[in-house]
Parts: sequence; structure tokens; C-alpha cells
Amino acid sequence: MSEQNEIGFISNDPPHRAPGPIGSLHASLLAYTPYRWLAGKLAASGLRVRHLVIAVPYIWLLLFFLAPFLIVFKLSFSEYRIAIPPYAPIFEFIDQTYLQVRLSIDNYRLLFQDSLYIQAYLNSVRVAGISTLLTLLIGYPIAYSMVKARPRTRFILLMLVILPFWTSFLIRVYAWIGILKNEGLLNAFLLKIGLISEPLSLLNTDIAVYIGIVYSYLPFMILPLYANLEKMDMSLIEAATDLGCKPVPAFWKITLPLSLPGIVAGCFLVFIPAVGEFVIPDLLGGPDTLMIGKVLWTEFFNNLDWPLSSAVAVLLLLLLIVPIVLFQRHQQKTAESH
Amino acid sequence: MNHSLHTLFSVSAIALCAISAVHAEDKVVNVYNWSDYIDESTLAEFEEKTGIKVVYDVFDSNEVLETKMLAGGSGYDIVVPTGSFLARQIQAGAFRKLDKDKLPNLENMWQQISDRTAAYDPDNTYSINYMWGTTGIGYNVDMIKERMPDAPLDSWAMIFDPAVISKFKDCGIHILDAPAEIIPTALKYIGEDPDTDDAKVIAKAEETLMVMRENTTKFHSSEYINALANGDICLAVGWSGDVLQARDRAAEAGNDVKVEYVIPKEGALMWFDQMAIPVDAPHPDNAHAFLNFMMDPQIMARNSNYVYYANGNKASQPLLNEDVIGDPAIYPPESTVEQLFTKTPYSPRTQRTVTRMWTRIVSGH
Repeated sequence: MSEQNEIGFISNDPPHRAPGPIGSLHASLLAYTPYRWLAGKLAASGLRVRHLVIAVPYIWLLLFFLAPFLIVFKLSFSEYRIAIPPYAPIFEFIDQTYLQVRLSIDNYRLLFQDSLYIQAYLNSVRVAGISTLLTLLIGYPIAYSMVKARPRTRFILLMLVILPFWTSFLIRVYAWIGILKNEGLLNAFLLKIGLISEPLSLLNTDIAVYIGIVYSYLPFMILPLYANLEKMDMSLIEAATDLGCKPVPAFWKITLPLSLPGIVAGCFLVFIPAVGEFVIPDLLGGPDTLMIGKVLWTEFFNNLDWPLSSAVAVLLLLLLIVPIVLFQRHQQKTAESH
Repeated sequence: MNHSLHTLFSVSAIALCAISAVHAEDKVVNVYNWSDYIDESTLAEFEEKTGIKVVYDVFDSNEVLETKMLAGGSGYDIVVPTGSFLARQIQAGAFRKLDKDKLPNLENMWQQISDRTAAYDPDNTYSINYMWGTTGIGYNVDMIKERMPDAPLDSWAMIFDPAVISKFKDCGIHILDAPAEIIPTALKYIGEDPDTDDAKVIAKAEETLMVMRENTTKFHSSEYINALANGDICLAVGWSGDVLQARDRAAEAGNDVKVEYVIPKEGALMWFDQMAIPVDAPHPDNAHAFLNFMMDPQIMARNSNYVYYANGNKASQPLLNEDVIGDPAIYPPESTVEQLFTKTPYSPRTQRTVTRMWTRIVSGH
């Protein structure tokens, strides 16, 4: 709540009150000539420093998201040809007078004509969806018990969740080959304790892909859940207990609904990158593991068809943006109704 | 003020130095070659002799190299694509014509190989041969004998005849994930032209390849080296030098695994890795010096002795170890060489059909 007041205060910009953190930063920076010059120029053109601060994320998105997307989008209407770069230009000046624009929709037509692409999309969504559910089922209890732990242990547990990030992602996935292969650690262990008599073939199957994704993305589920649960007001549970509610119903009625924002954030952080995942299915999956990331790779490298792979990427983005926008709307509505 | 003027002067002095240095070409050559494909002591010798530093970088697939070439501005001075990829990149204008006056060692090259590489690079205008090899069958001697004592080891029937390949399904089979090599091989087996660009003819191979797929453990282009050496698989379609590497690793490990390589009697694909200079190479003079050095018979012999691949350098042959020049799997006899076929690149339209067919074979979709 206090954060929101702060932002409101700055944007109202009342002249006679003490400056907020940005205001005081502004004041101290004014001692430097280049900053003073910039601020002066901005003030002359009617802009304020706060505009500049707000503009930073916009410029970031513009440069590193919108611009690359537009390039990919433009490329998706081009055609493959053997040249450097390997696609036909869309805009061409003819006789320095006419601007010729050639847009090919062939790439998009192929995406819908050949069932391969649709199947790969659907399969990726399915694999990502199941993996997200599994990470939630595993991640929630972990985050919950982390919050319940004593502060000292809590810090150690948090470090343990973050620690794997210090090793390369590729090497961690590669290590799973050693664990899952027929003569690997897991099979050796299961054979030794007598649970199985024949080694299980896990590597190069969909199961290996699920294990890889759940393992790699688990921290992305745990961390937002942990952040959310940690801030939760425990007196609500106490009140529920006082009023005679047993722990299990109290969890379902209070903890779970209140942690919904954490669940949703965690699910998005896992689901979105998992849909486009390439490394894990390539290393752990079998020949029939069909995922859109792999199809995109084949189009780009084997067929050298940059335009078609751009079309695949554009469609993938649209596929992911629709649920995000819907979610955003839903969030806004809930916020307004409160 | 005085101070900043001074700074300005020194900065421009440094900039001027940098510009003149670029003009005279830095003493550097950036080489991009296949992984595990050179005796690195030859690089040290080049540096010693010429004073040009070699920045050596490696790749493991033609596709990755091609993407870099066609994106432009790769920064490399020497790259080593395989023939069919080279031909496509030449067409795209990715390479610089060789200045043959700077390459006196060209006289050491083997005419027979140069004639064949001219199919990809007419008159060998843009490239020289580095190594060449074949795509054949690697197998585990004992595991095959145990399952089929009279196995037709010298034939592609091992891979494409359902009655034969199904006998080895249980012990593991790896196939190269390289449609441009496996599809021509299947075409050759069923008696069609392996170099065809006709989609209808190529489609005839699909049935044969499906038989292979049903018995295949994995499609992969490098895992079979270790898998063969460890005895994890009994059969693989792979590159000559790689299978021989597996053979030697198994022998070194002393684990009773005996690996052999065979060029089937129906013929096998012959491929050529060619050294070329990208059109935008920053140090073309150094690149020529490097190419000329690499065509030195002593150097080429050392490289072949190290990587177990045949080279296109005739003068290097007397200097090769007996287990290289005398091995018919590396330097096949004349009668076998006649059976070897080559593959020129597919047209873009056929390329798409071929990749799509391969996806169908590999993934079942």
C-alpha cells in the first residue's frame, strides 16, 4: 500500500512537500553538469524527470522486444532464396522511383496446410501444460514448507533453490542423460534395490522430457510462490482456527485463494518458456517428441528457411500473447472491484 | 582545457595507429573447422613459421556453419564446409575466389579428388580439399555374429532389408541424423539415382527408410562413436573416421568390444570437406598463407595420421602411417572408389520435400 502512495505522490508532484526517493536523486544529480543540461533541455520542452523515469521501461521494451519482433514479423512475409542473407527483400526501389513491396503469405498458408506445425504447436502446449501442473504440485509444498521454516533455515533453503543457477543450464540437462540412460544411475539404483529386474528405458522418451522440464523450471515456480506466501498475514489462519476451522479446510479456504497471484505468476513463468523449449526435448527426448522449438530449429538450420521459421515464431507469440492479455484483463477487473 | 586537448591528441594518435594496423593486416588468421579434426601441433608450427597467430574455433554441424556464412560478417578467414553445402554457399556468393598464385603447394593435390570436388566447386575456384571420407556401416563384430552368423556384412541389406535389420533391433542401432546422406544411400540400394532432384524418385525411398526406422534406436550424428566403443549398440550408419575412432577407443579401453567399418558393395556416399575463404574475411592474405601451409605434404600427413581420415593431398601419401594408407576403410582400393557416389545439393523446393519426408520418417508425423 505504501508503495502505491509513493508513486501517486510523485506523479502528483506537489511543489511544497518533501521530495520522494526519485526527487532527492534528481536533486543530488543536478550537481552534475551533463545531468543539469539534460534536465534543463527536458524542462524547456515540457518534459519532467519523472517522464524520463517512466520512459526507461518503455524504451527497453521498444528496443529489445518490439523492434526484434517487427523484424521477425517482416521476415515472415518474405521468401527463401539462396543468397546473403538467405531471403528476398520485401521493399525494393525500382528505377529510384517506384517502391515495390512484395508480401508473401505462403509461409502462413503452409503452417495451416501441413498438419506437422499444428500438431507440433498442440504437442508443445500439452507438454508445457502438464509440466506446469507437475511443477506446481511439487513446488507448492516446497515453497510452503520454506515459509514455515525458521528464519535461519529459511535462508539456507532459499539458497538451495537458487544454487543450481550457478551451473550452466545445458550441463544440468546433460547430467540427466547420465542419470536416465539404460546403464545410468537411476536404473542401477532401481536394479540394486530390486524394484525392477530389467532396466527402464527412460532416456529418449517423453517422460525424460517431463523430468527435464520440471527439474529445470522448478525454481521459477517456487520463488514467486515463496515471495507470495511469505507476505501472507498469518493472523488470518489463527483467526480461522479460533473460530473452529480445522487446518486442512483453512488451507483450502484461506491460504490457497490468497496465494493465487503467486500460483498464476509461477505458472506463467514455467509455461511460457516451456512451450518454446528446444534444448530439453533435443537432448532428452526421442525421435517422436515433436515440439515447436525443434520444428523451428529444423526450418531455420536444415531448410535454411528464415521466412518460414519467422512465421512459426510469430504464430507462437500470438498463441502465447492471447492468454496473457486475457489474464491481464482479469487482473484489472479484480483490482477494480476491490 | 589544456588537459583535455592533450587527451584528444593521444586518442586520435591511437586511432590512427589502429587504422594503419588494419591496413597492413593484423598477424592473425581466424579458422573455423570441424571439432576433433586436426593435429593441433600443426597450428603451432604455422604460428612459429609465419608469425601469424591462429584463432581456432570449431563447429559440429554444416547447418550451423551455413547459417553463419549466409548471415554474413562471420569474421572467419577459413571455413571448412562439406561439398554439397559449399556448392550452395558458392551460389549465394559467400566465398572469395582463391588467388592461386599465392598457393604454390596446389601442385601437391591429388587430381582424382580435385576432379570429384569440381562437381561442387567448378575448377576448384573457391576451395581446396582438406579431408574426405565415406558414409558406411559400423558394427560390433561379436554382437552381430552372435545374432546372425551369416549376416551380409558387405551390403546395405544390413540396414534396409527387414529380414536382416530386425535381427539386430534388440542390441541397438544408431543412424546419422543427416537426410542428405541417408536418403541418397537408400536410393542407391533400391537401384535409383542417388543424386536425383526429382521428388517423385526420392519418394520411392520412403518405404525402405520406414523399415529402417522401425528398428532404429536413435537418429543422431555423434553419439554413435561412444555408443559403438562402449558396446551400447551393435550397428550404426556413420562417417568412416568416426567409426574408426570408435574402433580405436574400444581397443584402448580393452573392454573386449571389436568395432569394424565397412563400405557396402552397392556403393557409399563419398563426401569432401573443403577449405574456403569467406567473401568478407578480414585477413585474406593470412588465409592464403594458411591454406598453402596446410597443403604441405608433411603437415597434411600429420593431420591424417592423427584424425584417421583420407586427404586430397597426393604428395602426403608416402608420409602416411601404414595403418592409415594401408586401411581400405580410409583409403579404399580403386575398385571400391569406383562404386562411391557423390551428392550435389538439392534445389530449395526439393530440399523442403526431403526435410519433410525425413521428419515423417524420424518422428512419425
